[in-house]
Amino acid sequence: MAEQERKQTRSDSSEQDVVETDVEASAEAEELTERIDDILDEIDTVLEENAEEFVKNYVQKGGE
Amino acid sequence: MSLPKVIGTEVEYGITVRNSPDFNPVVGSSKLINSYAGERARIQWSYDEESPGRDARGFGYEDSLPADLDSGLVNVVLRNGARLYVDHAHPEYSTPECSDAREAALHDKAGEVLMGRAVAMTRATMPAHERMFIHKNNSDGKGNSYGAHENYLIARDIPFGAVVRHMTGFFVTRQIFTGSGKIGSENGRPDVDFQITQRGDFFEEEVGLETTLKRPIINTRDEPHADSAKYRRLHVIIGDATRAEPQTYLKLGSAALILDALEDGALSEPLLLAQPVGAVTAVSHDPTLQAVVELDDGRSITALEAQWQYLEWAKKYVDGGTDNPTYLEVVDLWEGILTDLEIDPRRTSDRLDWTAKLALFEGYINRDSLDWSDSKLALLDLQYHDVDPEKGLYDRLLAAGRMQRLFTADEVGLAIDNPPESTRAYFRGLCVAKYREALVAANWDSLVFDVGGDALKRVPMMEPLRGSKELVGGLIDQADTAGELLQLLGGE
Repeated sequence: MAEQERKQTRSDSSEQDVVETDVEASAEAEELTERIDDILDEIDTVLEENAEEFVKNYVQKGGE
Repeated sequence: MSLPKVIGTEVEYGITVRNSPDFNPVVGSSKLINSYAGERARIQWSYDEESPGRDARGFGYEDSLPADLDSGLVNVVLRNGARLYVDHAHPEYSTPECSDAREAALHDKAGEVLMGRAVAMTRATMPAHERMFIHKNNSDGKGNSYGAHENYLIARDIPFGAVVRHMTGFFVTRQIFTGSGKIGSENGRPDVDFQITQRGDFFEEEVGLETTLKRPIINTRDEPHADSAKYRRLHVIIGDATRAEPQTYLKLGSAALILDALEDGALSEPLLLAQPVGAVTAVSHDPTLQAVVELDDGRSITALEAQWQYLEWAKKYVDGGTDNPTYLEVVDLWEGILTDLEIDPRRTSDRLDWTAKLALFEGYINRDSLDWSDSKLALLDLQYHDVDPEKGLYDRLLAAGRMQRLFTADEVGLAIDNPPESTRAYFRGLCVAKYREALVAANWDSLVFDVGGDALKRVPMMEPLRGSKELVGGLIDQADTAGELLQLLGGE
């Protein structure tokens, strides 16, 4: 029962709201991108210096 | 009835030292662990491989000498019952045995926070120009991978073939919520800007014993660290080390739930993948979640569709009644994450590492017009996993309220110093804390005491759920010394 209900709910909403959901989704994606911008400035202040050199020298031995 | 799913994780951390040209990762890992464990109980881990369950008798010291005393590798057991040691060239933290996925996720986090403390203590002992870094990741981006393993106690009488048939499709498709994200590809796999997992590129076999090369989707290591007539330990090597708490919880909880359903015969026909190894890459390499994988019966499905199917089976199983208090939570978490992944994976960026990183990378790409190959992105990719809470980008996102928490800092702190109460880890941890002078060695399934006399006394712990607070708390309270404890245990 429970699984049928869930399936039903999913297919209902995907049929009815196709157009609306697309619009909502893209607006939401934009909003998510904007929200992340707020924190980039803060992250800039903690990033390690000399990114290229740090990443290049980051070599690990295999493990497990 | 299915067995209680005792769970534990083992995570190997990346280690590096800046401005130290002759840095040796084995020495560095030892230094890290000694800096942390030096002031605490330091009991040697023992590799004793005695036949399980055979004796409660004492035996000579020669027999129980830790195998790694000679090599000098650091290997200690902590008062929370965990094991902290050098494995190959990495510091590794194995959680104590936990009685459910929520507790295991907490102890996995405790290991991560402990590593952050350990690196701070180690830095204090190093020259000012050198700087040690510890990362909770699984790849250096240059073809070298190290593991994050999960362990689940399962019934010996489930045919291993059934585990392979049912779990392969599950492990391959769960990558969409177990990945911690990575820029680029490795190990000869096709080029990609960004992929869902750190580990996916390194799987080359369907089933096998290896963990360091030709890694298999299903690992066959059969070392239950418990009564091997009753138990098997499913050693899962196809997963990423995860920092996001809901993600770790879901990773462990969903696997435990599916294994329980399997033991109770509640799974329908397995989803058999036509090409499991190729499917690992196909799923991991597609952050849009549109990639389809072929099934044996000719159908093609996406990883999301497969996970909806597993969730449906899980819900049906839970609806039939469960005594596991976490399963209702796990099912809700699982459904919420699948729902959001389906609409837009970015909606999960407060719960999953890979989408948190993707959102961060896309933010930088948009703001600074970066290319995916820019070294600044590679640095972000690495620094997300830095366990230093001031520097790790996961921690910065957490502090900014952008990641969901499951545990308070106090809960994590308590888990660093206290064992789970409902498994044998309780007995181990309490013995480390209270009888450290007399405890000469410990491992998963036994403790060895020196209480004077000719022989050392070994206490076997072949049942993972015995040794709980309920069973031994009173004895430990009564016994002021290890000798008294052994007498009380012997008198049972």
